[in-house]
Amino acid sequence: MKRLSRFLLTMMCLGYVYLYAPIISLIVFSFNKSRLVTVWGGFSTVWYGRLFENSQILDAAWLSLRLALTSATIATILGTMAGIALVRFGPFRGRTMLSGLITTPLVMPEVLTGVSTLLLFLLMAKWIGWPARRGFSTLLIAHITFSMTYVTTVITSRLSSIDVSIEEAALDLGSAPWQVLKDITLPVISPAILSAWLLAFTISLDDVVITSFTNGPGYNTLPMLVWAKVRLGVTPDINALGSLIVAVVAIGVTLSSIIITRSERRREREIQAALAGGH
Amino acid sequence: MKPASWFDRRGWSDLIIGLPYAWAIVFIFLPICIVSALSFAVPILNSPPYEFLKTWPYLSFDNFQRLFSDSIYIRAFAVSLFNASIATVLCLLIGYPMALGLTRVPKAVNRVLLMMIVLPFWTSFLLRVYAWIGLMGNNSWFNHLLTGLYNVVVPQAWHIANIQIMYTNFAVIFVVVYSYLPFMILPLYANLEKLDRTLDEAAMDLGSRPVQVFLDVTLPLSMPGIIAGGLLVFIPAAGELVIPSLVGNQSDPMVGAIISQEFGLNHDWPMASAISVALLVILVMPLMAYTRFQSRAEAGGTR
Amino acid sequence: MDRDPLSATPSDRFISVRTVTKQFGQFTAVDRVSLDIGKGELFALLGSSGCGKTTLLRMLAGFEEPTSGQIFIDGEDMAGIAPYHRPVNMMFQSYALFPHMTVEKNIGYGLKHERMTKSERDDRVAAMLDLVQLKAFARRHPHQLSGGQRQRVALARALAKQPKLLLLDEPLGALDKKLREQTQFEIANIQYETGITFVVVTHDQEEAMTLASRIAIMDSGSIRQLDTPKNVYEFPSSRFVASFIGSVNLFDAELVRQDDQFAHIAVPEIGVTLQALRRGQLHGKTRLTCAFRPEKVHMSRQPPASAVNTMQGVVQDFGYFGKDSLYRVKMPAGSLIRVNATNDLRAGDDDIVATWEDEVYLAIDPAAIMLFEDEA
Repeated sequence: MKRLSRFLLTMMCLGYVYLYAPIISLIVFSFNKSRLVTVWGGFSTVWYGRLFENSQILDAAWLSLRLALTSATIATILGTMAGIALVRFGPFRGRTMLSGLITTPLVMPEVLTGVSTLLLFLLMAKWIGWPARRGFSTLLIAHITFSMTYVTTVITSRLSSIDVSIEEAALDLGSAPWQVLKDITLPVISPAILSAWLLAFTISLDDVVITSFTNGPGYNTLPMLVWAKVRLGVTPDINALGSLIVAVVAIGVTLSSIIITRSERRREREIQAALAGGH
Repeated sequence: MKPASWFDRRGWSDLIIGLPYAWAIVFIFLPICIVSALSFAVPILNSPPYEFLKTWPYLSFDNFQRLFSDSIYIRAFAVSLFNASIATVLCLLIGYPMALGLTRVPKAVNRVLLMMIVLPFWTSFLLRVYAWIGLMGNNSWFNHLLTGLYNVVVPQAWHIANIQIMYTNFAVIFVVVYSYLPFMILPLYANLEKLDRTLDEAAMDLGSRPVQVFLDVTLPLSMPGIIAGGLLVFIPAAGELVIPSLVGNQSDPMVGAIISQEFGLNHDWPMASAISVALLVILVMPLMAYTRFQSRAEAGGTR
Repeated sequence: MDRDPLSATPSDRFISVRTVTKQFGQFTAVDRVSLDIGKGELFALLGSSGCGKTTLLRMLAGFEEPTSGQIFIDGEDMAGIAPYHRPVNMMFQSYALFPHMTVEKNIGYGLKHERMTKSERDDRVAAMLDLVQLKAFARRHPHQLSGGQRQRVALARALAKQPKLLLLDEPLGALDKKLREQTQFEIANIQYETGITFVVVTHDQEEAMTLASRIAIMDSGSIRQLDTPKNVYEFPSSRFVASFIGSVNLFDAELVRQDDQFAHIAVPEIGVTLQALRRGQLHGKTRLTCAFRPEKVHMSRQPPASAVNTMQGVVQDFGYFGKDSLYRVKMPAGSLIRVNATNDLRAGDDDIVATWEDEVYLAIDPAAIMLFEDEA
């Protein structure tokens, strides 16, 4: 291993300070008694209380959660199908087109995705009478569409790193293709599917731009509400909200990484035991 | 293999291809077609607020003409590309040493540090912007710190009470760099981590000092990572809508805001579409050129 | 060079390693190693993986600093001298060719830091390309070359700076068997032409034997024997070296008596008493190890003329390798003796020396029996 030079070490420290200083500042000032967000006025948890009294915020959070759960699930199913088709089905007609389409939302600025999807909805309403109004269904479609592209990317990269011979071995041992898919392919990529779902969930929960184009009146997601509030000015209850989100995410990420590390270690141990037993 | 039945190629595998394909056609391909078509329409006061020319050539180029003649649009594009370029360069300057450092820390620490790069990404994007709004305001400790540093450097006559950071282009760039830094670091790290360490040793063995080794070996070999990270920062930065709306100078809007305005306030669908198409062409063309270049390089460099 | 290339001691101490130890935490990779290498010598460090040979090589190159001890190159203490300041170049096991540079650029890379004009540099690169016969490939990139060509580029790149010492880390490891043989001679020729001191690290004894004028056999951080290839094979200093180099029959033995010429030993596993030619004094230990190489055993179906060291056994099985065959002969006491027999006749079935279940006689020349005082 090459040793870390002093320059790199300094740059890393500064980089992490840059990444975390605002988040830490946000958390600290969420416990500020004063209404002023940037001047310390003593410790208090009053803003957390306010947060849970604010029905607007709670409604928005509930909508965001429902939307993220539904869209992530459907996007994971569609995206996994696309991923399997792209990596394992060999050349089929329109394969290049599919892979091109799937990557488009990834390389397009969100504004463009938002505008074009909205135009589609507006014209569809005129041509086929649906969607008459924008609301949960239009949001759901838009979220599924961009989440799906991320899911497909995760699945394809995982699938292409897996040796196809284990699937061929199953075919050779007499399994039908769909059994191979069920017994071999899906179990093997299940960690990737899970992380793809998590990614889709977070992206949906966090989206502002595309949501702002495809939502209708009365369908304010949490980020939309926060955006509107922040445009009007900074208020300490947003600090409290932000701190809560950071806490939830930190706990979630730490837990999942502990679980992953454990299962990896267990697997390593099992492999070692198997090797030792084989001799 | 067993004889054909319901799950064989005609049935289930067509479904696996067909379902996502249909979805992508309707909700990805069709919208792009609509935007492209509408960019050649003219706005009218009706619902829907556009029509195509009734006579040959049916398509109007008025929108694009306006795009290249009206200084508002030209300026918006210029500001967007400028901000995005500066932000990309800054991300590279901050992100490269961090990514390089990450490849050289012990494995156990590396795991935690990598997770800390990803962690902010999992928290809300808006809240990260919001955190900076608090810090950049005239009364914050961060602003006082910067002001103090500035006053130490410049002569007394130029001293100021506060640096105006909020509602400037600088603020936009600053927050864009902050928000997209992980997108620069991660592909760079993935690239640098794959590099063969013995190449560094070989260069050193042949007489190069560490800095020279970096310039001769590490930097050129990490070019794919730099380009990937650069695109991941540059493209969303150029089309950014939220950050300028919160911390930017409203009288000097970026392209995203202009598109949103044309669409929402002016109900000028054709103009909004034309700007979108222009943005798409400007951003996606270099990307396509890059993927072409890369696939050719890969075809040549089978190792 | 006037020096006999097979002499067992260097005429000068061009490279001198003095009680060098390297520890990684608790693990001692190299343990108090001392050796001298002469100018223009082709020296090999031979050992299995983890024996410390690569660590020793990396200390010579400057990638690792010794925990204690000193390394001198041409009289200069190398302590604290960075790899980029040492008059040492290395040919890496993976070749470590720069993938983004052409063959030419790769070879010329080290010359960038030398004080020489562009034309001098170009001349040097051209000479190197000539030396490794890659003139036609100068403008290619490494990924456009075959494995053997890459190996030669790596060699040329390391030679271009005309180092005082060239280190070669498993130089033939990545080549297939045919190419290996040819490259072995090429490396030896290039070494002879350039007169540069070569140190080769390898785990392949054949590679070490054919390339090197002297071999150091390493095991768990120390040198077990340092000698010419011939002496290492014919006169191993220990049971370890005997079994590490080549193949050998090893048996526990007991010293019965010794006279002026021979040591008489009982070998219970074979069930006979053998006489071995004495080399030096045995130190009075009675429990010994006796060893003899399979090709030194003479096998016949008729009783041999002399009765000295003659045994009788049954062929249990054999492997046919073309130029020779390996027989495993079962002794009445139960153990197996391996015997190599050259197939010097073009053989039909009946010409084969022996086959399964044949009763055969084995005879060993007393000079071919090696005795070691270390036991298993």
